[in-house]
Amino acid sequence: MHEIALCEGLVQALEEQAGSHGFRRVHRVWLEIGSLASVECDAVRFNFDIMARGTIADNAQLDIMEINGTAWCLPCGMAVDLHRFGDPCPNCDSRQLQVLDGTQIKIKKLEVT
Amino acid sequence: MCGICGCEKTASGLGGYHPHDHVHSEVAEGSNTAGPPRARMVQVEHDIMAANQSYADANRAHFTEHAIFVINLLSSPGSGKTSLLVEAVSLLKKRFPVAVIEGDQQTSLDTARISATGVPAWQINTGKACHLDAHTIGHALEHLPAIDGGILFIENVGNLVCPAGFDLGEAHKVVILSVTEGDDKPLKYPNIFHAADLMLLNKIDLLPYVRFDMNSAVEVARQINPKIGVFAISALTGDGLGAWLEWMIAGLDHAKERRQMALLARRAELQHELDSIDLQF
Repeated sequence: MHEIALCEGLVQALEEQAGSHGFRRVHRVWLEIGSLASVECDAVRFNFDIMARGTIADNAQLDIMEINGTAWCLPCGMAVDLHRFGDPCPNCDSRQLQVLDGTQIKIKKLEVT
Repeated sequence: MCGICGCEKTASGLGGYHPHDHVHSEVAEGSNTAGPPRARMVQVEHDIMAANQSYADANRAHFTEHAIFVINLLSSPGSGKTSLLVEAVSLLKKRFPVAVIEGDQQTSLDTARISATGVPAWQINTGKACHLDAHTIGHALEHLPAIDGGILFIENVGNLVCPAGFDLGEAHKVVILSVTEGDDKPLKYPNIFHAADLMLLNKIDLLPYVRFDMNSAVEVARQINPKIGVFAISALTGDGLGAWLEWMIAGLDHAKERRQMALLARRAELQHELDSIDLQF
């Protein structure tokens, strides 16, 4: 259900971009989704097709780049991989981790006419 | 019309998204020759959550300016959120201005329960959406009386997944886990426990009848979020409720202190301006 709202936001963002960048059709969308963003990529693909119907992004291809989560481990003093919240540091097993990357849901680029 | 941004739209979708100004670089690969337009690439770097975040920031600025302490209550359906709120607001309303925003997919049943205590409440029906967003909260505020120096509760939609990602402008997200739900729930829904600053273990009056290990629940919650605070409470018996109320009152005091500091800084600024005028005459 969450992904419906995200796709609605995505289509509205595309319409906004059409105004500021002067295009009429979106053919391809590159989206970056972090593994810690709590978003199901398959559900985004499915919902985007539906939400885009009848809009400037009708039939547009959606390319999702999944970004691995990373966190700063306080005991190690370095960046480490974090696949999901609650996982320990792969080096020292600590959970004193501060998320650095992997929570984003971002439009990276568009192919348009 | 939107009271926050002046737009003509009402809330819809993700934060009632509507266009605002953004500056982006553009890489044009098309040409100006006649014929059908050639496809070109546009670099965007647009965060889909940015719209919600800008409304959340506006809400937070409003709350700071009016010294309102705001908590965003999150839990599964049936954890006892509304019963807990009824008890909390009944006690707090004697000392502070209090208001409640209720979020549910449908019905105004919860608002009716809060209103029965005499505390102002506004119901948001999210319809198909599974969470509250910051734009909707901004509009809900238009329907509530001023509660400067008071406490605002936002009871989110009963859902342990989606509300975690939406900042509403609150001071704290508070997650409620009832002892009838299972002590491993933080492991199953880590995002919400990571986002929350406080966990309330509710329905502790039922502990003799259920298999729920309190220590284990706290341990796994702190695996997800080492900084999460914990209170064990019962909305039914009132056990532990006092500790949570004290936590909120401390939060409210902090909000008032910050407001006082801001006003003092402004006064000093104005005094400085006044002084500089005096020097000229």
